[in-house]
Amino acid sequence: MTIHPPKTAFEASTVAQDYAAFLATHRDKEVLRFIACGSVDDGKSTLIGRLLHDTKQIFDDQITALRRDSRKHGTQGQEMDLALLVDGLQAEREQGITIDVAYRFFSTDKRSFIVADTPGHEQYTRNMATGASTADVAVILVDARQGLTRQTRRHALLVSNLGIRRVVLAVNKMDLIGWSQDRFAEIVAGFSDFAAGLNFAEIRPIPLSAKNGDNVVEPGVNTPWHTGGTLLSFLETVPVREEALNAPFRMAVQWVNRPNSDFRGYSGRIASGTVRPGDRVSVQPGGREATVERIYTADGDLPEAGADLSVTLVLAEQIDASRGQVIAAEGAPLLTLETLDARLFWAAETELAPGASLLAKVGTVTVTATVERIVSRIDPETGRPGPAERLAANDIADVRLTLDRPVAVDAYADNRETGSFILIDRETTDTAALGLVLAPKAGGGDGGRAATPVDGAAEAAPAPGGLLGSLKRLFGR
Amino acid sequence: MSAATAALRPETTQAPSPARLSHLKRLEAEAIHIFRETVAETENPVMLYSIGKDSSVLLHLALKAFAPGKLPFPLLHVDTTWKFKEMIAFRDARAKELGLDLLVHTNQDGLARGIGPVSHGSEVHTDVMKTQALRQALDQHKFDAAFGGARRDEEASRAKERIVSLRTAQHRWDPKRQRAEPWHLYNLRKKRGESLRVFPLSNWTELDIWLYIEQENIPIVPLYFAAPRPVVERDGQLLMVDDDRLPLNPGEAPQQRVVRFRTLGCYPLTGAVESEAASLPEIIAETLAARTSERQGRVIDKDGAGAMERKKQEGYF
Repeated sequence: MTIHPPKTAFEASTVAQDYAAFLATHRDKEVLRFIACGSVDDGKSTLIGRLLHDTKQIFDDQITALRRDSRKHGTQGQEMDLALLVDGLQAEREQGITIDVAYRFFSTDKRSFIVADTPGHEQYTRNMATGASTADVAVILVDARQGLTRQTRRHALLVSNLGIRRVVLAVNKMDLIGWSQDRFAEIVAGFSDFAAGLNFAEIRPIPLSAKNGDNVVEPGVNTPWHTGGTLLSFLETVPVREEALNAPFRMAVQWVNRPNSDFRGYSGRIASGTVRPGDRVSVQPGGREATVERIYTADGDLPEAGADLSVTLVLAEQIDASRGQVIAAEGAPLLTLETLDARLFWAAETELAPGASLLAKVGTVTVTATVERIVSRIDPETGRPGPAERLAANDIADVRLTLDRPVAVDAYADNRETGSFILIDRETTDTAALGLVLAPKAGGGDGGRAATPVDGAAEAAPAPGGLLGSLKRLFGR
Repeated sequence: MSAATAALRPETTQAPSPARLSHLKRLEAEAIHIFRETVAETENPVMLYSIGKDSSVLLHLALKAFAPGKLPFPLLHVDTTWKFKEMIAFRDARAKELGLDLLVHTNQDGLARGIGPVSHGSEVHTDVMKTQALRQALDQHKFDAAFGGARRDEEASRAKERIVSLRTAQHRWDPKRQRAEPWHLYNLRKKRGESLRVFPLSNWTELDIWLYIEQENIPIVPLYFAAPRPVVERDGQLLMVDDDRLPLNPGEAPQQRVVRFRTLGCYPLTGAVESEAASLPEIIAETLAARTSERQGRVIDKDGAGAMERKKQEGYF
């Protein structure tokens, strides 16, 4: 491995003249969150280490520590093992595998990046789902020698389930197969076939070598036939948060800010869409309507606010909204549901059986949720539903939950922020599951119990139309 | 599909939107959300205030989160009695200026035993005067949630820390009992006696902190800016002689050198860096061109492999 000489990003002598331009660039650039998925030996940690190293995020003292650690724990002989930059916990180093979600940061002139580094091990599905839940993009690693594996299919299905619409198919270790264009094309074709049934808007295949750095940050000389750019160039230009900004306005009330009798504001983080003073909104559940008078922030009122911003809304009318309710654009109400059909990623070590009672945190409200029934367990590799009586750790399943009161939600397929929830074990207080709200089946519509019963036997049979059919059906599309 | 086809279904480039958030704005919004969520769901939260730049940013964000209302929780400073004099002066001035409810706790037992970084070394001092002192204060006031300014980019074991992190009744961190933390749904439940550590700055980097301090004009301790200061060089570290408690080795004499600090802690444990950066623009430029990480000046990180991970398990913040 080569240590590149540091590029002097910033010469002290030109501080004054460059400073304004520099600040403008770094203040205004966007952040992209992505998840790196791969099996144990696909070179995922090495790839992330490579991104950090080649974008000059690694400091000299860390390099020194890395050289020391490489001799002790490294798998690259005398060479520096970049994977050790990202394998954080001592226990992991000793086992030589990554066992939890870690977040890494790097930035370029164009964007800041947050990488969720998640394990490829089968039993750690929940960690990958966690990492994927906030990611804009997934980088799915494949070892060029192995080609597509069961894990690749699982990872693709999982990130698609979690609503990621743009993926990179990073075919790693291309140096070990002599940069074979045919082999690369074969892997890409196989992935395209499989992914045809998934809800991806864009797939970018890139042949690379994390170990040598080709096509990661710097273009590789061995792939003149590749016109798809480097991994970094894709990450720097792929659209961010498009869906959230274009969705209807939603904001869960976190806190009623009432410092004195003259001010009453509803504080929250905008989940999706945009809001302006004068907009008509409705407060849900309940559906009381009001007009936005001010968008208060500590820095002054705003003329407009969009997804992800934390604000405090002052409404023109004296209505009594409280924590747990959702303020939404008038004319685009959420679903108000007391029975929730949901896809669960079961995270607890204990089993889940029908009748179990848990807490569900949905947005800013926490309600009691009882498992009415387990509709089906989802095969993590094919996405096909099958019968299940109980769920074990890392199972993915569709369930029906009965809540002790109605909540305002969207289908996850329509809105990741307002269509998601967590289940909390009442005894241990641990997070027992990640939940995705499934669209109620057509034909319901009596408000509180919008969903119609699902025929379990039909659900358990292989879905017509294969994976695509089943996904469309599951997500109500 | 041919391998040369880069995108299967390319989409048009996104249109610019005034609603699109910058990186710093998004970090700010995330931190504010975390503050509000914690205060709404816990009984008795507190903010750990260490006087450093991250604490300054944390305080600024907390004030924003609840404006125009007042800060709905007190600040707690665990005072080891070995902080730089300028830090204490800054702390008291800020508390007065902002009308903060500031609690200061010192481990009186440790103080009586004369525990200090010079006499007992960094490990014992940190354990008794910081870790144990923090536990005492949290227990004494029955705080069930404590905000801290730790960032994931600081140190390898921190990269896996959750934003909301559970501690046992003994304040221990169990890496095996870390909760999944998907979307922006924070689980703030805990059993009786357990408590939470909450890190609103988890996703900030050192550069983000500096850019935000500059953008928001946040006051920080002057020690971050280069100035002539009396220092001695020991084991490759430049230590500032802040008072007469730092015994000088034979032949050692404090020299005036132009230095600044990238992190602040107990003065005998915090190395200065030689630097001419006396303004925020210069500090930001230096941070960007830096070849060493900010924790390099921290003696406690070097107490052996996995030092920070072990300290965290013992209840260090």
